[in-house]
Parts: sequence; structure tokens; C-alpha cells
Amino acid sequence: MKRARVNAGILIGAALLLIWCLLPIVWIASLSFKPVEETATGSPQFLPKTWTWDNFSSVFQNDDFQRALINSFGISIIATVLSVALATLCAYAIARLQFRGKRLVLTIALAIAMFPVVSLIGPLFDLWRTLGLFDTWPGLVIPYMSFTLPLAIWTLTAFFREIPWEMEQAAQVDGATSWQAFRKVIVPLAAPGVFTAAILTFFFAWNDFVFGISLTSTTNARPVPAQLAFFVGPDQFNPPVSTLAAAAVMVTIPVIIIVLLFQRKIVAGLTAGAVKG
Amino acid sequence: MSTETAGAPPRARVTDRSRSEERLAWRLVAPAVVVMLAVTAYPILRALYLSLFQYRATAPDDREFLGIDNYVTVLTDPLWWRDVWNTVLIMVVTVGVELVIGFAFAYVMWKIIFARGLIRTSILIPYGIITVVSAFAWQFAFSLNNGFVNGWLPFMDSDFNWFGQHWSAMTAIMVSEIWKTTPFMALLLLAGLSQVSGDMVEAAQVDGASWWQRLYKVILPNMRAAIMVAVLFRALDAFRIFDNIYVMTRGAQNTESVSFLTYRQVIEQFELGLGSALSVLLFLSVLLIAFVLVKLFRVDLAAARRES
Repeated sequence: MKRARVNAGILIGAALLLIWCLLPIVWIASLSFKPVEETATGSPQFLPKTWTWDNFSSVFQNDDFQRALINSFGISIIATVLSVALATLCAYAIARLQFRGKRLVLTIALAIAMFPVVSLIGPLFDLWRTLGLFDTWPGLVIPYMSFTLPLAIWTLTAFFREIPWEMEQAAQVDGATSWQAFRKVIVPLAAPGVFTAAILTFFFAWNDFVFGISLTSTTNARPVPAQLAFFVGPDQFNPPVSTLAAAAVMVTIPVIIIVLLFQRKIVAGLTAGAVKG
Repeated sequence: MSTETAGAPPRARVTDRSRSEERLAWRLVAPAVVVMLAVTAYPILRALYLSLFQYRATAPDDREFLGIDNYVTVLTDPLWWRDVWNTVLIMVVTVGVELVIGFAFAYVMWKIIFARGLIRTSILIPYGIITVVSAFAWQFAFSLNNGFVNGWLPFMDSDFNWFGQHWSAMTAIMVSEIWKTTPFMALLLLAGLSQVSGDMVEAAQVDGASWWQRLYKVILPNMRAAIMVAVLFRALDAFRIFDNIYVMTRGAQNTESVSFLTYRQVIEQFELGLGSALSVLLFLSVLLIAFVLVKLFRVDLAAARRES
């Protein structure tokens, strides 16, 4: 009896969880299929009265949005590759080597993860304009790297601690240097962890908004989230709700694909470095 | 790190081997540390310096030394205190609600025996989605002309404008923030839950403890570290709230946060001097909250993450 009641509770909880997570997604998707005229006159019902693909084609034909998509993919991928490469070296040293200042490095990483990003945009705005980095790809890649490094370092350190290190020592006994042991033995073993760190890093860069609107001024480097916020149709006082929804759906699709493919890895990555106190 | 010396014998004196190991370690660590500091330490020091000047980006030649006048201006302005209050309110409410819902979700994910993949995939979608998209989805959901919320809530007038008043606008902002970040909380709490020994919970059950007693006396105390890390991270994250406010209200109806105020001064008004003072104060606020929470929880964060 009691057991059945508990199970029913879990079942209801699971149903609520699914509704919680998916309802807003279904809502924005539904909105993206409403004709522009329907949302312009007001359409408070959940589903469209008539369904249309027009919003998607008008988003596709929007040059600024296309450009923003290219910017976002390019900048996020470059930042992810560089950040994960540096974090891999750093996490290896932390997990594996003896050195003074290990605690300091981890404290710096922790402090940066908590840094209020907005407090940097003033000086960075000034500095980037002096250095010619304002409104360029590197101008966004650099801050994305700084802010994804802490997460990548933790995730990778946690993964690296689980690796059977005897193999590295065996390689060293066989005459490999520390560096060779790292490259030939550990890198292949560490690849899954590196991949997970890369996914989390990509999410961060893809999601960024503060740097995206502050350090760009044209479509030269403006990423998708910033472009969405600036998206205004022909009538400035009546933004095209359904077209915006279609754009929002399109930038959500990569996220959903990554989640579907790598669900297990992301959960492991988010929880691995976290809390085994 | 507890297993720090595993694999390496304790050394009495510095050997060539350990010296070269240290050199290698620093060579591996240095690039990451340099990149992390280049975009944080230098700019915040620069902000500290700029905050002492009257300095507009549009008129860089009219820079004038003011001393602490910018700070006096900010701290005596009711706008600053109003925004601090808004931000703290958002932080407390969202983290509180997320802790409860997040724990419920974590508990469901911990207990459920079927459809685990489906549930975990679903919960990762709000986590991975762009905050700006979440803000738009909820803005449209609450919107007067195109939103379904008024129609679905039986006690709401169908012509109620959520973005027309302070409290309802704040509610809409907080709903979007809570929706997007609860999964993160739930996953961190799930990690904590899976550290709780099933034997202990079962033993308590055999001894006749009710569900609530098991939760309060066995499960929660055993995942204390996880709860604290989750609260600390989310609290500091919530204090930096910016994206949702930018998209949903642009600070209208007195919904501005400290981050949004700073952004407005620096990027929209080009007030680099005053904006830098705000940046420094924002930084100090985050530092203060982190300090208070860490003291309050009496938890060594590094130890909780098994790193030290």
C-alpha cells in the first residue's frame, strides 16, 4: 500500500518535471508556426489557428541573422577548442603533478567562475577599442575562453583523477618522458572527459549575451543572442512575435541535438567536478 | 586533494626530478592562468583606476580626476539602493524556489526506475537553452496580446498586463530565471543525493522513521555539501541577473538589477568613470555575498570539490 503511494508520487513528480521542462519549448515552437498577421492582431490561444512555415523562411532570408549564426558558430567553436586545450594541460598538472601554487590556481579558477561579468564590460569596452579588438571575433573568443576555463578545468580534473595512472608510470619506466607519457598514454584515456568539457564550454559560449551586446556594434561579430535582442521587424513598435519565435526555435535546435546525443556525458560532466564532499 | 601524494613517494628534500616536475607543472598551468587573469584581473584594476575619474567615452580628452566622488554619487543615489534591493530580492526568491523545486526534481530522478534517459534529456533542455530565448518565450507567454498565461490562470483577468506593474513584471522575470536554472540546481543536488547511502535510509525506515523524518534526519544532512555548493553557485549567478531583464523589461517598472544599471551607464551612456565605480561596487557586492555564504555554511568550498 505505502509503496504504491510513494511510486504514485514519483510518477506525478516525473510528469510535472516533463511538463515543466517541455511546455515553454512547445509554446515557443507553436508560436513560431503562427502567421505574422495572427500575432499582430493578438492571438492568446496556445496553438496557431492556421499553421505556416513562413516565419522560418523569412528568418532564413534575413542576412543579419545568417551572419549572426555564422558568428556564433565560429566564435563558440574556436573558443571551445582553445579553452579545452588549455584546460586539459592545466587539469593534467593539477590532477597529476606535485607543485607549489596548486591551491592558488584552483582558487583563481573558482574566483573567476563567480566573477560578475558585467563589471568587466566597461574596462574591456575601452581596452578593446584601443587594441582594435572591438567588434571582432577574437574580441569575443578571448573573454569566452577566460570564463569557460574554470568549468573546463574542474570537469577535467575530476575526470583525470579517475584515470588509471599506473599506465603512465609504466610508460615512464619503459623510457618515456613525462611529456610523452602525457601525450601517448593519457590523452586517449582522457578523451571522453575532454569531450564533455567541450560540450559544457560550447553551451556557455553559445549562451553568452553580456559580452555579445557590449563588445560588438555591427554584424561583423554580433552573436545570435544579441542579434535576437536587436531583432526588430519593419514596424518598430510592433515586433514580429512569431518571426522572433522562429529565430528562437532555430537557435535552440543545436542545443536540443547536442542534448539528445550526449545526455549521459553532460550529466556526468556537470556532476563530476561538483560535489563529492 | 586527499590523494595528493598517491603514486609519488614522500620526499625529504628537493630532488632534480621534483624540480623538473614543478617546472613542467607551471608550464602546463601558465597559459590557462594567464588567459583567466588577462580578462579579469587587469580590467578590474583598470576599472578601479577609471572609477576615480570623470570620464566619458565620447569625450576622452575631458578626463578629470575626481577621487572618490563617483562612489559618493552612486552610494547616495536612491537608484543604486533600489536596484540593489531588486537584485537581492530576485536572488533570494529564485534560489529559494529553485532549491525546493530542484530538490523535488532531483529526488524524482534519483528514485525513478524507468524513462531515466527521457527525464534527463528533458531536464537538460532548459539548462542548455539560451537565456535570451527563455526570456522571449516567457515574455510572449505573459504578454497581453499573445500570451496564454492570462487565459490559463483562472483567477487572472484576460486583460491583465503583467509588464505594467512592478510586482507582476518582477514575477515574470523570476519565472523565466527559475525555469532556466532549476535543472542546474537539480543536477547538482542529484549528485549529492547519489552520495547518500541507501543502507542508511533503509535502516532508518526499518527503525520506523517516517518519510519526512528520513528526509530531514538522514538524507538532507548527508548531502549538506552538495546543497551548499549549489546554493552558493546559484546565488552568485542570480545576483548577476542581466539577460532576462534586458529582454523582458529593459528595466521598466523599476525592475532594474545592479548589472543592468552598470551596463546602462557604461554602454548606453558612455559614462566610463561612473560606470567603473558601479563595476567595482558590483564586484565588491559579489565578493561580500560569497564571503558571507562561505562563512555562513562554514564549508571549505575547495574541500567540497575535493580540490585543495
